Amino acid sequence: MAPPHSTVTEGTAENPAESIAATGTVIDAGFAPPTSDLFKYIALLIGATVIITVFISWLANATSNGVAGAAIDVPGNTITVALADEPPQLDSTRATDQISHMILGHVMEGLLRYDAQNKLVPGVAERWEIRPDGATFHLRNSARWSDGKPVTAADFVFAWRKVVDPKTASEYAFIMYSVKNAKAINTGKLSIEKLGVRAVDASTLEVAFERPLAFFDKLVAFSVYFPVRQDFYEAQQGRYGANAENMLFNGPFTLTRWVHGAQLRIERNPLYWNQHLAKLNAVNFGYITSDGNAWLNLFRDGKIAWAGLDSENLKTAMEQRWHIRREITGSTYYIEFNERPDRPTRNVHLRRAMLLVFDPGELVNKVIKIPGNLAAYSLFPNWIRGEQGSFLDEYPPPWHDRVDIAAAKRELEIARAELGTIPPLVLLNSESSIADKQAEYFQSLFKETLGLELRIDKQTFKQRLAKMTAGQFDLVAAGWGPDYDDGLTFGDLFASWNLNNRGRYNNPELDRQVHIAESSLDQHERLAAFAAIQKIEYDEAVIIPNYQQGKVFVEDPRLRGVVKRAVGPSPDYTNAYIADKTL
Amino acid sequence: MMRYTVRRLLQGLLTVWFIATATFIAMHMAPGDPLLNNKATTAAIRANLQQKYGLDKPVTTQYLVYLNNMIHGDFGISYAQQNRSVNDIIAEGFPVSASLGLLALLFATVGGVLFGTLSALYRNKAPDIVIMFLVILGVSVPSFVFATLGQVALVKINEISGVSLLPVAGWGTLRHMLLPALVLGLGTMALLARLMRSTMLEVVNADYIRTARAKGLSPTRVVVHHQIRNAVLPVITVLGPQIATITTGGFVAESVFSIPGLGRAFVQSVQQSDYTVIMGTTVFFGGFLVFMVIAVDLLYGVVDPRVRLK
Repeated sequence: MAPPHSTVTEGTAENPAESIAATGTVIDAGFAPPTSDLFKYIALLIGATVIITVFISWLANATSNGVAGAAIDVPGNTITVALADEPPQLDSTRATDQISHMILGHVMEGLLRYDAQNKLVPGVAERWEIRPDGATFHLRNSARWSDGKPVTAADFVFAWRKVVDPKTASEYAFIMYSVKNAKAINTGKLSIEKLGVRAVDASTLEVAFERPLAFFDKLVAFSVYFPVRQDFYEAQQGRYGANAENMLFNGPFTLTRWVHGAQLRIERNPLYWNQHLAKLNAVNFGYITSDGNAWLNLFRDGKIAWAGLDSENLKTAMEQRWHIRREITGSTYYIEFNERPDRPTRNVHLRRAMLLVFDPGELVNKVIKIPGNLAAYSLFPNWIRGEQGSFLDEYPPPWHDRVDIAAAKRELEIARAELGTIPPLVLLNSESSIADKQAEYFQSLFKETLGLELRIDKQTFKQRLAKMTAGQFDLVAAGWGPDYDDGLTFGDLFASWNLNNRGRYNNPELDRQVHIAESSLDQHERLAAFAAIQKIEYDEAVIIPNYQQGKVFVEDPRLRGVVKRAVGPSPDYTNAYIADKTL
Repeated sequence: MMRYTVRRLLQGLLTVWFIATATFIAMHMAPGDPLLNNKATTAAIRANLQQKYGLDKPVTTQYLVYLNNMIHGDFGISYAQQNRSVNDIIAEGFPVSASLGLLALLFATVGGVLFGTLSALYRNKAPDIVIMFLVILGVSVPSFVFATLGQVALVKINEISGVSLLPVAGWGTLRHMLLPALVLGLGTMALLARLMRSTMLEVVNADYIRTARAKGLSPTRVVVHHQIRNAVLPVITVLGPQIATITTGGFVAESVFSIPGLGRAFVQSVQQSDYTVIMGTTVFFGGFLVFMVIAVDLLYGVVDPRVRLK
């Protein structure tokens, strides 16, 4: 056997005392302490690793398409931000999610658009007349597609027909049902040529209504009403909106890069008719991740201009003493009851008992504890407009002044008398930490105050939807976001024919009020109808309102003029600019 | 050898078919479908969507159509990203995941073999104790913790140094790859180190080592040429499946570091019940795994002459 420590004299890493101790027990200690020889091998190994690493990165570079720069690039007049998800596709006739609407709001333009103060201003249409039976839009001659051709009335006709075409299967087709024959076409009863929209000439668009409509001007600002040019659309052979090069733009920006899963970039559109509108040269959507910590880390590292905060990283942001800002998303969250005949929650007294013991303020401030959320006492959020100011200020929602357990117990007694014993109720819930807290809160609240058992049924997104659609729940934690800037987007939710009325609530009086709000042109009468709906929803305990969703975020102080809104593209970078002394 | 290879390949194909079928059945049995969305759709629109995706046909027909398309290498169109084919999603995501995974694997193998060997050589001494402590940490701490910690540490380092040494997220250059690859490879590195240590200790008393030492070979030569060469065999065995796991994407690392890889597409498709993407990525992943295992078995013959003889 070779002497175990033949080279110990040059063993740099070896402790002499240890080596002596090891000499006696050769086998137990292994046998070969490292020698300079072994280090040579290690050095060789590390050298090879570095070479292979460089080689792999060279291979990987072939898969990348450029890297986003700093959060605020002052000389380039460019900002970089992150997206939580990638837009699934950007064909405006089929866009359904908020991120697609946000990107489309920058790169496309409808007949009208929202300005920085959320007022409707002319877009492609320079003027318009809206009558009880229809509308006429006069298109500006200077509106151009990104290939230089003019935007014409025919482009709107093509897009709108596409939306209601049953073959497109657009989920937002219903938002066009106020246009004559749209519903009949969408349900396959008429051909698409029968749609009540026509191009009188290249710059005049004539729309016929199905019924009088008080807010058509607000609808045409929505992405689904954006124009699409037929010849370009057809040349893409079904890939329109799948990539940047498969799209044509007419908005203040154009989409210049779209690396799937990685990044999008929009740049100022030199052909846009209003060159004073957009201030930034470009916006990089440089990172796509739904990981809240990653957002915050990117923000801290100066890579993105703003970052949303969740309850976990809010603390970090506060420790950094950043200026924390709030916004309202426009959505209301609530507990909806299942009113199908076989469900105990069909009993109005049982529902009322649960409503009476609940205080939204406690849920928002003591349970969810995210600054930005507002306690909700109604399905209608506070940004819905009234005659002068806010609808909720003019028509305050009915509510019990304090939690009234005695009254709740009386209601429960009536319910028990009518139903017999009440089985454990199932609360259908989604998967999130907020949803968990909320569900546990209701579970203990109903148990302690009313002695009611609540079983929590936690499901993934699609499975929860499947159960909601099939009516497999007693209570469901749900939310509703607005589709257009009018109270009706919340007002008709519990109409008997509304498919989003997942609990199948059915009340002829509420339906009647919805009809008034739909077809009346008198704003006072419409608001009174919303107030009546609001009262029914409280009296009948159709829902337990929880909160108006808010979000908190941190923003680079140099970034100014980003508009956040409840309806329409949000965040809107069109008016954003960089406030920097060096500019 | 030829017959052995062919037999293994046929077995592999059978396994892939089984994976495809099991996935198909599991997917259709789970509640919820890709056509459900936040906004309820009318029966007419739903019927149109079902027709477009062939969901109106009986499940058995759907299965046959799907098998047929799969044989022709067509995984269909994504439900969530309506204009993109699953083939495109795989073609764009896999190279990203694979290059990141290869780097992670390189780190894992080099680190695992190196630390495992050192730990065996210094058995029960300070380096061994330190390395084994880190190994236990590496095996037991989930990767999202490492990912987030790594990112936070990077932010701190960048803050202190005043320059952006490494980007905290994103994709494109070697600098973007280093930290995610390290995070992705850490678990495997720990696993390999532990395995390497135990196999090194197993062979240390073998007769051929004794012989080699008796011949008067230098200790380093014995370790490198005799001990490691034999000890590394089981490491190669576990490496096969690990290659497939790592190169098809670490969801966590890809999500935290905003990397456009296949792992993210895979997990998101499950959340969205995106049937075609689930099927495409699962079959791709399964096939890749199966053939990696076969490749490793064949590679055995190269490394170990005893296997070749059979």
